[in-house]
Amino acid sequence: MLKKRIIPCLDVDNGRVVKGVNFIDLVDAGDPVEQAIIYNAEGADELCFLDITASSDNRDTLLEVVKKTAENCFIPLTVGGGVRSLDDISRLLHYGADKVSINTAAVDNIDLVAEAANKYGSSTIVIAVDAKQTAENQWKVFTHGGRKETDIDVVAYCNEVAKLGAGEILLTSMDRDGTKSGFDNKLLKAVTSKVNIPVIASGGVGNLNHLLDGILEGEASALLAASIFHFGEYSIGEVKRYLADNNIPVRI
Amino acid sequence: MNLAIINFGSGNLHSVHKAFENVNSELSNPYNIVVTNDPREIQSADKIVLPGVGAFGDCKNAIYNIEGLHASLEVSVLKNKVPFMGICVGMQLLADLSYEFGTHSGFGWIPGEVRRIASSQKYKIPHMGWNELRFSDHKLFDGCEQGSDFYFVHSFYFQNQKSEHSIATTKYPDQITAAVCKENICGTQFHPEKSHKNGKRIIHNFLKWRP
Repeated sequence: MLKKRIIPCLDVDNGRVVKGVNFIDLVDAGDPVEQAIIYNAEGADELCFLDITASSDNRDTLLEVVKKTAENCFIPLTVGGGVRSLDDISRLLHYGADKVSINTAAVDNIDLVAEAANKYGSSTIVIAVDAKQTAENQWKVFTHGGRKETDIDVVAYCNEVAKLGAGEILLTSMDRDGTKSGFDNKLLKAVTSKVNIPVIASGGVGNLNHLLDGILEGEASALLAASIFHFGEYSIGEVKRYLADNNIPVRI
Repeated sequence: MNLAIINFGSGNLHSVHKAFENVNSELSNPYNIVVTNDPREIQSADKIVLPGVGAFGDCKNAIYNIEGLHASLEVSVLKNKVPFMGICVGMQLLADLSYEFGTHSGFGWIPGEVRRIASSQKYKIPHMGWNELRFSDHKLFDGCEQGSDFYFVHSFYFQNQKSEHSIATTKYPDQITAAVCKENICGTQFHPEKSHKNGKRIIHNFLKWRP
């Protein structure tokens, strides 16, 4: 049976982890490579780096992080943040990313989705969608890290990028992100019930039950979390044991 | 001893290379690993690995567009019986035919066709993530446990004409081929380079394989 994936996400700024935790074995808590290696050893199913470096001049530091991670972690690595063009994707793949996530650039230029999927394969292209609720059962796509509202309906947009060849959707609830009040499972369900590509749930995890609900109510294929792992509240192993105890298929 | 990883611009080349380097460094007699598309280097290789992600037709065209590449693979693998491993689309290319974005002929080294997995709300496409492997008695799976998890990501699968060529399967939702073998030619639908310890075991076994 296909397993539900647990994906720790690391926010990286100028090659350093933001919100890093002091793992016991860590020499340098700010080093994303060291954290990635620990998540890998703990049984993470994939890893995700989100580059939040403000200046594009400093983006090359991320490439070194990606390269070193790929040399040490033999699980899939998704990298996103500031990906604007086929060249950006090509560079990240060359340095060892397995998948590249595109956010604002796909909204600005929807053709990029098809071009990227055709060139690198659907399995390589993750479309990151920042969603905010605007009415009952209605969510709109936001861009630029959630600062800019668009008039695009989230479910319609997810369907469109799936048709254009996206391999996966990383769906973040801007309403829930950082609140620790659980995933927006209505949003998740609205998308997973209409879209035939895998959906990664993101935004709002505060406890183990939230993760379980993301699968049972949101019907997500994978769960992404940052802070519960970074701050050492739960280990990957604890999360997986909890889900397994609740009859969710996970890789242990 | 040389091991050639074929470079035709596939997206997973780097990952495959790093994983093979990592496992190779643990051997007492490591290979000299070359990443190449040079027909001469390929013909002097003792083992050959063909990675591949993306669409079947694109991968095939990329290979055929490199002068002498396909011909040198045929000489090494079919004539000189050099052990060969295809990964993901690199495995699907061994088939006679694929129906991904049109109809494309493959290498025709292992009889069968590449077909789309039927999608549904419950069974999303691509088949992406860790899934259980059931395998037959084959050197490639030495030390692996039945039912252990490997990383898959694909929308099409290799339907073998002869069941004996399918040496491992997984279920999504139907039983699909997860690995193939015919004489000195093997291939995996899953990504050993992304399958953590289980994947490293497969790579180790391929490096040790003497068909």
